Amino acid sequence: MIVVSTLFYLFSFIMIASAFMVVLSRNPVHSVLFLILCFFNSAGIFLLLGAEFLAFILVIVYVGAVAVLFLFVVMMLDVEFKSITSTVISYLPIGMTIGFILLAELMLVLFTWNRDSVKMMSYTTENNEQMSNTEMLGMVLYTDNILFFQLAGLILLASMIGAIVLTVNHRPHRPSAKRQNISVQVDRDPKESIENIKVKPGSGI
Amino acid sequence: MDNLLINYLIPLLIIALKSVFLITALLITIAFLLLADRKIWAAVQMRRGPNVVGPFGLLQSFADLLKFVLKEVIIPYNADKVVFLLAPFVTTVFAISAWAVIPFDAGLVLADINIGILYILAISSLGVYGIIMGGWASNSKYPFLGALRSAAQMVSYEVSIGFVIITVILLSGSLNLSDIVYAQAGNYGFLNWYFIPLFPMFVVFFISALAETNRPPFDLPEAESELVAGFMVEYSSTPYLMFMLGEYVSIVLMCAFGTILFLGGWLPIFTFLDFIPGFVWFVLKVCFMFFLFAMVKAIVPRYRYDQLMRLGWKVFLPLSLLMVALTATYVVFI
Repeated sequence: MIVVSTLFYLFSFIMIASAFMVVLSRNPVHSVLFLILCFFNSAGIFLLLGAEFLAFILVIVYVGAVAVLFLFVVMMLDVEFKSITSTVISYLPIGMTIGFILLAELMLVLFTWNRDSVKMMSYTTENNEQMSNTEMLGMVLYTDNILFFQLAGLILLASMIGAIVLTVNHRPHRPSAKRQNISVQVDRDPKESIENIKVKPGSGI
Repeated sequence: MDNLLINYLIPLLIIALKSVFLITALLITIAFLLLADRKIWAAVQMRRGPNVVGPFGLLQSFADLLKFVLKEVIIPYNADKVVFLLAPFVTTVFAISAWAVIPFDAGLVLADINIGILYILAISSLGVYGIIMGGWASNSKYPFLGALRSAAQMVSYEVSIGFVIITVILLSGSLNLSDIVYAQAGNYGFLNWYFIPLFPMFVVFFISALAETNRPPFDLPEAESELVAGFMVEYSSTPYLMFMLGEYVSIVLMCAFGTILFLGGWLPIFTFLDFIPGFVWFVLKVCFMFFLFAMVKAIVPRYRYDQLMRLGWKVFLPLSLLMVALTATYVVFI
């Protein structure tokens, strides 16, 4: 038990410290790197809980994909580091307000939370002897909560289509725009594209 | 206190020893595979390849190692020092740590975890960080361009690799790598392996693995003719060695992963050949996969960037999605 709790405190400490560093570090790229460290440690805590599937999905989705895009955007931004620190003070009141609201809500949840009243617990207690973590998650997700699962998928699909529509750049009024047609490029025949011409000296083609 | 010693410290020590053994064996193997890569490349181009150090140049990789280690580390002025030096370590550490779940033989695996396949997917998706960090921290144009290209490329091809893995999981019904190999066992030897029913997926996996590890013909992050050496331009000596090492470790990892998913892991080709240890079969198959990688490097010209992206998103993604749907239909209804 002592090892588990030591690991828990280690992960939590690094997680909180790196979360602080996300906000405090002056270089935005460093902020994203600390964010990645933070994700990693939360995955570690999931592992300690025995939720290995969630831990690895967290790493794959957040660290492997989302944070890469963050890093992408932040690296391209070319921010001036000094201007950030000077504007911090002006954002302080609104940031404090949001933080205070979040803290108050967390407190409310924490004090009214009753372990027995949480209905979700009943799902995991059924036949969890033989099943692996992944299987149990699938049993809950694809049977009892299939409607919510499908809804979440639909929402994601809608946002994906939205993102694609934003990037589509067809301009019918500008026919001069050059577009590649791969099949035409591949179908080109050397007989039609290359021509042998005998050039007489001094006359040109 | 006794409890602590027996339950945690001794297993920890044993695991540490096993890991050290695994890493040493892996690195020595990779030293020779690297030489094999260069030799195959040379043979295709009718050259001799490295042949000076040791018999047939066998010790070339070790000579290279010494040379890299003994040279001076140059850190560019204005580079972000910490991130610059962290990047090669990130690449190498992630590449090596993925080997923990690879089963070399029945029961011969460092960590036989339930979701080994997800672990490999997670770790290999982190390899991109070393490249992005290195490219950004160098504070120079070519490395940065190389890093951006690499990030886009690796993220795109991860999607199709994910779908390929899903088809294999659907057939085998397990996320454990050993169970996936056992699912391919049968009376017909190699006819039971997944590369026959899932042949299109095997091809997609092979090409995506090339792209994922930045191998030619998809080595755009380090395209010499355009970007000098891509994200590695500013690196020298040991950090450069770490990058190269990480790259080759992840290449061999992809070979091993493909072997487990499609070529039946440690299973023999014919069932009557099962007196040969499984470990030998595994190594032979990995070497075969590596030979294919090396041949592709030698004979295929480099892709253009837009062709690369088109192949990933417009060809492989629909194809692998279709195969996932087909395989799921087969598993459920037939």
